[in-house]
Amino acid sequence: MSDVPAPAAPARPPGAIARALDSDLFYSFRTSPVAVVAAIIAVVCMIGAAFAPWLAPHNPFNLASLSLLDSFKPPVFVSGGSWNYLLGTDDQGRDVLSAIMFGARLSLIVGFASIIFAVLVGVSTGLLAGYSGGWLDTLLMRIADVQLSFPVLLIALLVDGVLAAVLSHNLSDRLRIYVLIVSIGIAQWPQFARTVRGSTLVERNKDYVLAARVIGISRLRVMATHVLPNVMGPVLVIATINLALAIIIEATLSFFGIGLPPTEPSLGTLINNGNNFLFSGDWWMTVFPGLALVLMVLSINLLGDWLRDALNPRLR
Amino acid sequence: MPAFITSRVLQGIPVVLVVGVLSFAMFAYVGDPVSIMLGQDYTEAQRVALVHTLGLDRPFFIQYARYMWLALHGDFGFSYRLASPVMTLIEQRFPATFELSMTATILSLVIGLPMGVYTGIYRNSWLSRGFMVFSLAGISLPTFLTGILLILIFSVTLGWLPSFGRGAVVNFSHWSTGFLTLSGLKSLILPAITLALFQTTLIVRLVRAEMLEVLRSDYIKFARARGLPNRAINFGHALKNTLVPVITIIGLQIGGLLSFTIVTETVFQWPGMGLLLVQSIAVADIPVMSAYLMLVAVFFLVINLIVDLLYFVVDPRLRVERRAAGAAR
Repeated sequence: MSDVPAPAAPARPPGAIARALDSDLFYSFRTSPVAVVAAIIAVVCMIGAAFAPWLAPHNPFNLASLSLLDSFKPPVFVSGGSWNYLLGTDDQGRDVLSAIMFGARLSLIVGFASIIFAVLVGVSTGLLAGYSGGWLDTLLMRIADVQLSFPVLLIALLVDGVLAAVLSHNLSDRLRIYVLIVSIGIAQWPQFARTVRGSTLVERNKDYVLAARVIGISRLRVMATHVLPNVMGPVLVIATINLALAIIIEATLSFFGIGLPPTEPSLGTLINNGNNFLFSGDWWMTVFPGLALVLMVLSINLLGDWLRDALNPRLR
Repeated sequence: MPAFITSRVLQGIPVVLVVGVLSFAMFAYVGDPVSIMLGQDYTEAQRVALVHTLGLDRPFFIQYARYMWLALHGDFGFSYRLASPVMTLIEQRFPATFELSMTATILSLVIGLPMGVYTGIYRNSWLSRGFMVFSLAGISLPTFLTGILLILIFSVTLGWLPSFGRGAVVNFSHWSTGFLTLSGLKSLILPAITLALFQTTLIVRLVRAEMLEVLRSDYIKFARARGLPNRAINFGHALKNTLVPVITIIGLQIGGLLSFTIVTETVFQWPGMGLLLVQSIAVADIPVMSAYLMLVAVFFLVINLIVDLLYFVVDPRLRVERRAAGAAR
């Protein structure tokens, strides 16, 4: 690479933060207004979601504080709304804004967890296939190819359906979230596997791998400590873009009523619930959770686009 | 050409067999049809008798072979939920899904291609920027939300269009169509727009990117130097050469379209295969799910074959190369 900085000795060794602020990546971030705005929106969404129990104006799940007298209140800027419930209330008298914050929290938890699951499965499969080669490579990649030809949503739906049927005897509401995470994760592993396999095929013939093998390091360790760090770059990009997809799939499954239950509503469950009251004109129960979902997905998508371009050396 | 088709079909067979194993494993080992069919009160003798009648006491391979054999003849067993043959259910619902997805595909091509060409040629005009913002919104809006918002605007607020169902349909022997009645056509509008939105945005972005690429190439400059009219250059020379990647993506997207029909049909209660699948998953109706999986696999193989064949139509280079390769062999 041509843009490796010359090893000039600095007056004092810069800290990690200073180095990060001085990096090419941060420069490209600073100079892209779209990325900055998207990052601000994403961070606001994530903070609002992560600290929902402390930041939300009401606790929508504290049954003692709910009153049916407060149900179907419109948002504050519509006549009949009150400042107490900024975005109105739902059929149970729950504050819509607080429900959105708690719901976004669950959506993000499921999104992140399923991507981590997909990365774990996909990266280890891709690494194994690429490094071993031979029949194992052919077998694993054929499986990935067959799965890739099916839409992600369809796979997640079917896996969810099968897992729910298998566990039906003791499928409590608690367990549903794990079923969701696993089904969305399984639906997304092949992309990671394919990418990692591709880069592994390049890396495994390089001198440093050969050197590591020559000095007698075990196969597993060469894969994990030498090859793995060098193939993780593209994984980061795919993970960001797929995070948005995972959040959409979770919302879709919850909207179908086979995702998170109404007792623990994610954004999709809230939209589904609001949808039942759409025809009585109570639009805020659907529109605001939907808006939150779109903002979250859009900002993550834009960040992913930026990251892809920023990490692509050909575009520099 | 026939050799090419044959080799593609042969390549598809292992895929169908593998998906068949999955589909059969779901069918045979997930859930317990016996306890579902027997209900609450039954004796041990009744249970054993039912297990025997259903053939569940036979070895795995015999059951698998029998399953695939019957599947080959269009027999996927009975739905637990609706207690009628799965194939009949799917046959009844197929026309609805087909009409919806065809309308949406045509709609997205009719809207998306000109928009893509326009934004490619006049990349900096205000209209192009408007189109690009629209396409970004289309990609970020989850399909079910698009549907709900359309219902909110056009059904609830304005009251112009129906929000669910297929309207009145005209029945032929094996086909029911909503194209021939006013209510059928009105019911089609919102679901078709919902389904077409994502595809349209995809086509716009793709055609635009390809047009930008092609318009920079030498033969376009040469065509301009020859003094050809813009129309001939843009459509005769440039657009034609963008079609190969566009066809690839559209072919791949038909798979995506399938998953979006599931969503769209659920939002609009459109009585198609997607709605059937979602309703079946909600109550763990395994026979419908496994049949759906098999049919989708076959469907994808057919689509891929059609896409491959379309390359030959669009790209004359392929025909020449293949003929040359055949002659060399």
